[in-house]
Amino acid sequence: MTDAHGTDEALLVAEGLGKSYGRLTACQDISFSLYPGEVLAIVGESGSGKTTLLQLLSAQLAPTSGRVSYRMRDGVLRDLASLGEAERRFLFRTDWGYVHQDPAQGLRMAVSAGANVGERLMAVGWKHYGRIRQTASSWLERVEIDTARIDDAPRTYSGGMRQRLQIARNLVTEPRLVFMDEPTGGLDVSVQARLLDLMRNLVSELGLAAIVVTHDLAVARLLSHRVMVMKGGRVIETGLTDQVLDDPHEPYTQLLVSSILPP
Amino acid sequence: MTTMIDIIDAQKSFTMHLQGGVRLPVVRGVCFQVNAGECVVLSGPSGAGKSSILKMIFGNYRCDGGSIFVRHEGVPQNIATSEPRQILSIRRSTIGYVSQFLRAVPRVPTIDVVAEPLVATGIGRDAARERAGRLLSCLNIPERLWRLPPSTFSGGEQQRVNIARGFISDLPVLLLDEPTASLDAANRDVVIRLIDEKKRAGVAMVAIVHDDEVRHMIADRVVDVTTFAAAA
Repeated sequence: MTDAHGTDEALLVAEGLGKSYGRLTACQDISFSLYPGEVLAIVGESGSGKTTLLQLLSAQLAPTSGRVSYRMRDGVLRDLASLGEAERRFLFRTDWGYVHQDPAQGLRMAVSAGANVGERLMAVGWKHYGRIRQTASSWLERVEIDTARIDDAPRTYSGGMRQRLQIARNLVTEPRLVFMDEPTGGLDVSVQARLLDLMRNLVSELGLAAIVVTHDLAVARLLSHRVMVMKGGRVIETGLTDQVLDDPHEPYTQLLVSSILPP
Repeated sequence: MTTMIDIIDAQKSFTMHLQGGVRLPVVRGVCFQVNAGECVVLSGPSGAGKSSILKMIFGNYRCDGGSIFVRHEGVPQNIATSEPRQILSIRRSTIGYVSQFLRAVPRVPTIDVVAEPLVATGIGRDAARERAGRLLSCLNIPERLWRLPPSTFSGGEQQRVNIARGFISDLPVLLLDEPTASLDAANRDVVIRLIDEKKRAGVAMVAIVHDDEVRHMIADRVVDVTTFAAAA
């Protein structure tokens, strides 16, 4: 990856973040800062707490301990827990994107592709039908979906197309931060490569910050600047992506890296 | 003369946890400096730690101890203790690395693979492509291949694409890991000429070359890596 625009003000800050369900600890003691334009990968096997962490960071779950702060568009760093419902909705509609592993969770499967993209624009106050349709159409092109399919519902789309449509729906409002949960999971390898290449370009062109949860180290290597390795709910190793993958220090990270089949 | 790289007592070992925690010493007590406009060649048998030292300077391998100062935007920065975002910024505007192997991203056309480091430093895409084209011609990659992704190219062609990518930008520090290995004589001479141009532009370089003739032509100084052997 080439681009991490050097700003000195963090966009998102996690401090001593933890979540437990009764006696079960899903994640604990997680602290880091994410800067504008920076892509962070969270890797680890299933059950390591990655998805819980992503939900905490995106205010979908309330932490048991610690806090997450986000720099709002006015430049003020605010504790997510202190935001009102309207402010939180505003974040979700405009400043943030959330790409689910299963596109059916992030799309409305029965309405047209154009409406899926246009809906986010209407939510931020766009009213002119022609402009909404034109913007939706140009985003479909950007994610390499034939615009002749704009009036078709995503349930008629292939898995790879659905995932690209979900990305278009998320990026159309020009968010500053995108959360992605296993964005390439469940896709064919050939489809994955195309999607990864597309995401990589969009992230660097738009200067997006992103937090990507993945169990696939190849995804982390291609997309992220920085990586956090999780095990048993804790971050056990963190650093520059190529450094952690080429010179892993922790036993578990070495195991993950050595488990990759050579290309 | 400006010191661009200053390595003080750097050391590196690997602990292989999957092999029962075996500790593999690589180098220790690494000390040398590289000035602007100078090419230092690392010598020593294979396994002596030459590539590891290059990777430590690039921030790809972490140091166990010591410091590696690289002059970045006029200020020496210690790579060994820099944060990831600082290292990324140093790589964007100060240190380039030319490895033997191209790590190509699927689907990206060759011309853009080569132009990318320039674009990252803020130069317009068209100007960057033009320069990329000139370098690719120099390195005898025919124009009909420029629009294709390099993943389908032969090993030698990929290596030359990688060299073009490494030499395109105006970074003040370049690390060269066997840039001429497996090139034919004509292309080897092109690379020697490129290195010479970089020297005249004041670029500080650290290189690994096995070919004696090439070493003789590019080296201003040879650093023997076996003196940093970290025998257990």
